[in-house]
Amino acid sequence: MGNVLAIAHKELRSYFVSPIAYVIIGGFAFLYGYFFIAILSFFVRQSMQMIQMGGPPTANINEMMIRPLMQNVTVLVLFVMPMITMRTYSEEKRSGTIELLLTSPLTDVQIVLGKFLGAMALYGVMLAVTLIHVAILFFYGTPEWKPIATAYLGLLLLGGSFISLGLFISSLTKNQIVAAMITFAVFLFLWIITWIGQVSGPTVGGITSYLSIIDHGEDFWKGVIDTTHLIYYLSFISFGLFLTVRSVDSERWRG
Amino acid sequence: MIEVKNLTKRYGRFTAVDDVSFRVERGEILGFLGPNGAGKTTTMRILTGYMPATEGTARVADFDVFEQPVEAKRRTGYLPETPPLYPDMSVLEYLRFVAKIKGVPSAERRQRIQSVMERTRISDMANRLCGNLSKGYKQRVGLAQALIHNPDVLILDEPTAGLDPKQIIETRQLIKDLAGDHTIVLSTHILPEVSQTCQRVVIIAKGKVVAVDTPDNLTARLQGSETLYLQVDTNGGDVAAALAATSGVIRVAEADRKNGVVGYEVESERGRDIRRDLARTVVGSGWGLLELRPTRISLEEIFLKLTTVEADNAPAEQNETDQQMVANG
Repeated sequence: MGNVLAIAHKELRSYFVSPIAYVIIGGFAFLYGYFFIAILSFFVRQSMQMIQMGGPPTANINEMMIRPLMQNVTVLVLFVMPMITMRTYSEEKRSGTIELLLTSPLTDVQIVLGKFLGAMALYGVMLAVTLIHVAILFFYGTPEWKPIATAYLGLLLLGGSFISLGLFISSLTKNQIVAAMITFAVFLFLWIITWIGQVSGPTVGGITSYLSIIDHGEDFWKGVIDTTHLIYYLSFISFGLFLTVRSVDSERWRG
Repeated sequence: MIEVKNLTKRYGRFTAVDDVSFRVERGEILGFLGPNGAGKTTTMRILTGYMPATEGTARVADFDVFEQPVEAKRRTGYLPETPPLYPDMSVLEYLRFVAKIKGVPSAERRQRIQSVMERTRISDMANRLCGNLSKGYKQRVGLAQALIHNPDVLILDEPTAGLDPKQIIETRQLIKDLAGDHTIVLSTHILPEVSQTCQRVVIIAKGKVVAVDTPDNLTARLQGSETLYLQVDTNGGDVAAALAATSGVIRVAEADRKNGVVGYEVESERGRDIRRDLARTVVGSGWGLLELRPTRISLEEIFLKLTTVEADNAPAEQNETDQQMVANG
């Protein structure tokens, strides 16, 4: 465990000593804020109208605010994640530091877990920064905190899935741009795979909807923790990490 | 301390290391000498557990590097050809990180880092970023990294490559000081380097071990001799003695033996072609001369490919480097 943390710390540190972490966190926070304001003003206008038309005095902030916000934020995550994971292995291979890691008394699993936790920690910081917007909601309104917590849990799981797969793709190449592009393409495909289902029959539709990395988030945005989705994300993460470990191992054999 | 048996590494059809075996005793400095592309780095990478061998076994400090990699790695320090530094870490941070992943207990870390920094003379650079160091200092930080967990075995891949003459002398002295406590394997393609630092040399060419000997013996053999291979149908006669008695022969060694047919390696004085005399000796005694040829990969051939003189840096250039280092420091 100490080794895993040592690697994770090194990874997190390497994000923060370069401009990478600041640019990513800054860009993410800016766009998150923009989505937040746009959706909030829409929500305010709608609830005003509802009051004028004699509707209930309070609209459901979770249903009408958090859910559309999360749907937009997942697009952001899709764009940002390849930039976080593209360098994890590629850079070590290019600079030769992978020789240090592979000749140290560490197991491949420890190295992979360390890198995963390092990237997760950066992602955690990104999400933590956005909590300021949530704080504003609590300051002026009375949203329920539980659905917001599940939404963030969903975001963490979704990001973790992206990171585990991004790690694997990064472990396949020395070139960061190649890693980023392939990661992005795979993520986007996993997202829009439901389109195939929409034009095909219900069987195919069921399968594609099960594979879609985004569809599994829907319940989390609504405030529901369904074990199906929890298991989907956790197994996605484990599978991504497993592939990474195998890839690092096979790299040794290919030399 | 290190035992390598029948090690073979193939990349697809290309054989990088071909049936290599050697031993290194505790406290010894073994030189790995060979031209570029001979298989030195591959052998070292297998020894350090960076990659597995296709065939054969390697044991470091009594642990098999394939079966018990973590135990073997705990006892091995490795300096790859390019020091594996993280350019955005300071020297101190880097050594702290390495100490952690090499399993140095946290209570001893500070003291270990201090002592290796003093030993490799990089204390002044503790807070400089690794990426901004000169080549010489990068190499030293690489060496410090290899020493940090006080390993039994040190594996150094071309530790003096790219250094200026003053740094080369310092590095060699440091390596000599380290022997005794540590068992050291170092690779080089510079002949004088092994004679100055190593007690024993393994010469490797095209993935095969060509010779294992002390540097002095090798130099003597190289300077004063040529080697021929003879295959003789002996009929039970004492061919070796007869060959040794032939004028111009320095040494006769039996290379192989099969059904009364014996292969000999015959070293002759340099510049004397004794093939006719040898043939006459064998045939005149009634033995069957089946083969007579220069040995396939002769030591000389290998040495021709090696750098036999040290890089001749002009003093002016060295001053320049020193000044640069002062400026950087």
